[in-house]
Amino acid sequence: MSTMAVEDVAVAGVDQGFWTRTRKVGAVLLALGLLATVLFGALATGEQARFTLSEDSAGAALEIHGTVGAIGFGLLAVAAGVAMLAGLPKRWFTLVLGVGLVGFVLSFLCWQVSDAPAGQNFMPLVNILRGTFVLALPLIFGALAGVLCERSGVVNVAIEGQLLMGAFSGALFGSLTGNIWVGLVAAAVGGAFISLLLAVFSIRYLVDQVVMGIVLNLLAVGVTGFLYERLMQTNAQKYNSAPRFSNWEIPLLSDIPLLGPALFRGNIFLYLGLLLVLVIHIALFRTRWGLRTRSVGEHPTAADTLGVKVLGLRYRNVLLAGVVAGIGGASYTLALYSFTKNMIGGKGFIALAALIFGRWSPTGALLAALFFGFADQLATYLGAINSVIPNQFLAMLPYLATILAVAGLVGRVRAPAADGKPYIKG
Amino acid sequence: MTNPNPGSPDKEPATEAHAAQAALGNTERAETATSPKAPAPEPKPSLGRLFLDNLWAANTFTVTLLSLVLAMVVGAILMIVSDPEVLATYSYITARPTDALNASWTLVSEAYGNLFKGAVFDPDAVGFQAAMSPISETLTYTAPLVFTGLSVALAFRGGLFNIGAQGQAVMGVILAALAGFLLPLPPGLHLLVAVLAGALGGAIWGFVPGILKARTGAHEVINTIMLNYIATYFLTWIIVQNGVQDPNRTDAISRPVDGSAQLPRLLGDGLRVHAGIILAVLATWAVWWLLNRSTLGFELRAVGANPDAARTAGISVTRTYVLIMVFAGILAGLGGSNMVLGSTASALTPLVVAQIGFDGILVALLGRVKPWGVALAALLFGALQAGGNRMQSYSGISLELVTVLQALIVIFIAAPALVKAIFQLRAARAARLQTSLAKGW
Repeated sequence: MSTMAVEDVAVAGVDQGFWTRTRKVGAVLLALGLLATVLFGALATGEQARFTLSEDSAGAALEIHGTVGAIGFGLLAVAAGVAMLAGLPKRWFTLVLGVGLVGFVLSFLCWQVSDAPAGQNFMPLVNILRGTFVLALPLIFGALAGVLCERSGVVNVAIEGQLLMGAFSGALFGSLTGNIWVGLVAAAVGGAFISLLLAVFSIRYLVDQVVMGIVLNLLAVGVTGFLYERLMQTNAQKYNSAPRFSNWEIPLLSDIPLLGPALFRGNIFLYLGLLLVLVIHIALFRTRWGLRTRSVGEHPTAADTLGVKVLGLRYRNVLLAGVVAGIGGASYTLALYSFTKNMIGGKGFIALAALIFGRWSPTGALLAALFFGFADQLATYLGAINSVIPNQFLAMLPYLATILAVAGLVGRVRAPAADGKPYIKG
Repeated sequence: MTNPNPGSPDKEPATEAHAAQAALGNTERAETATSPKAPAPEPKPSLGRLFLDNLWAANTFTVTLLSLVLAMVVGAILMIVSDPEVLATYSYITARPTDALNASWTLVSEAYGNLFKGAVFDPDAVGFQAAMSPISETLTYTAPLVFTGLSVALAFRGGLFNIGAQGQAVMGVILAALAGFLLPLPPGLHLLVAVLAGALGGAIWGFVPGILKARTGAHEVINTIMLNYIATYFLTWIIVQNGVQDPNRTDAISRPVDGSAQLPRLLGDGLRVHAGIILAVLATWAVWWLLNRSTLGFELRAVGANPDAARTAGISVTRTYVLIMVFAGILAGLGGSNMVLGSTASALTPLVVAQIGFDGILVALLGRVKPWGVALAALLFGALQAGGNRMQSYSGISLELVTVLQALIVIFIAAPALVKAIFQLRAARAARLQTSLAKGW
């Protein structure tokens, strides 16, 4: 992708002078580190902060003195910030940034855990990790749907609607037939239905893709809400009692401490989601389809010249995205809850954020989704230990992080060049 | 794409500018197209002939009307398939088709009849208050939608897509309500301060994506989506704070706004219509004046059409972007303050602004991003909302159907080629109805 190389050169041009991007990020990191060291250090108590490797306070645990931990990890963030300010080679940027942010988070956790009510000075890491994956799962599916669409040049703001329609039709047809696999297929079809509308209107009728996405979200909310009230509320037994996938324990792997319970005792959706990340990553960067998809997303005219059928590929990818998101929606109704009105509740937009935060790549989207899932789970945990931090502010975290990312404070994000631009042949 | 300065919007890729220019060309053409004049062919046909020709051509009015019809047809199908009793009559449709048709007709006509009665006029109503009630309800729902619709439309004209009207309305409602019950001010002044506070809240929330766009090139679509959620969480947090939460309640509701800060009702206490609708009309006029008569409006449209050309002409694109978003925020904030200073609610709750920001996007698109068009579109949406309430309570048809109708109308509007194909409309002048505002991320 030659355009990328050009952009990178250009970016270097902007950042000339003392205040390069590394230094700017370093300054922010230094400020965060100082905040952590001074504020969290002062607020942390002398209690031992215990991070247990089990689901409760029992068993093996990593322990650290609250104040020492808060100050120590804060200083780690300070050190990372200083290293960046001192002019770090570019190849170390991501690693040092990661270390600094982890230091900040750990400092924060040391304060919070040591400050918890007596007897609750522990954080069960297994629970946190498992919750992170559970909460990240719809985001992973949603973000992958976004990757498929946007890599081929169609903006997908309709992830929310695709998830919702998938959840709804999975619940409806799963209940009507009593067959969970029919439910799963129906969910995929439901997601693909929204995708079909997105594809037809944005590719055939050239309607603005963002506009179409927003309107489709509203349409999905309306249609599912309407049918929910008419059918499911009046006769939940018949229309809203879909069978649910149970958890499948993978032998041996599920006995790994910490990772086992979180990763290898999940339901089909967890395995499917992780598998899809891998498959889409390989397909996108190692196969002919992937090369074509990326070229159509970056420079459709050039791709067309070389004989790639731009519109056909876009239709196919957008529909595929609907299938993925529809299954993601089913991860609610065929595994966890019955359908309720507007049950996705903005997860589709966080998935969009994860897509952008993960720089339009499947693995990046996975990491971003896990980060957002962690923030979500952390909010629940802090609520449980009566933290002084209002959980509304923690809930804002994914959104704030995304704003910082697109504003170029954390890392420059760049969409596929032809993302959102309709292709008119001729 | 050799782009020497991608971080700054002052140097946007040329392709984007071209797309924007094409988009403006279309809106400009659409503007001229709305005037009922048809191209004068030779020999000159009679006025009546012209009228008939244009009636079934793909002009703005016909397409809008037919979109409404199409949306209602889809809505009717949804009603029928979701009614088990009516659906049962379809199982023997070959034997007795009249049963199925009658049952369907009764269901649909009753529902839409109630929609009309709730929105416009109920022939059975007795007395002034009952007769005026539907109109009053419609106008009550219309007022905030005018503001949010104008907010989105104004940004559109400047080449920005303001999805953040929802968040701006939320910040508006927060500041308006806080000013409404925390400040001890005399009547009149209190109302003025509360309204301005609402505008300020929206302005702040519009300024953030504006400055980010201008300084870093961060796309406003993403940032405004994110800011919507941040505003919503901020609202749920601030409601339960000491001094804000109603001391007599344990649930999430704030103290009520003082009477001195409430918008006066226009038709007596029995009817809900309030002065917000007058403000809405004034705002529509103000936005029209701003866009079409002021220097700023010219700069705004120029930037929206082609930022590169605008910069060459000496217009500061960054400054204009910030101003556009601030003005859009002010409008949405005013819409939000309508929700708590008017008759819809008098205290903050987590859902106090409902969906007015997102509906505003639909309203702006339906109104073809022109101020008076937006006002009319808001009137239609307000009517659907008011009628939907009656449809829900009288026919038992969920209010969600209104959301479906609204979304469908806009989908059809956005793809005039589809409507044209379905109804075999005569071709209007080329590309007249392309509402393509595509700009990508």
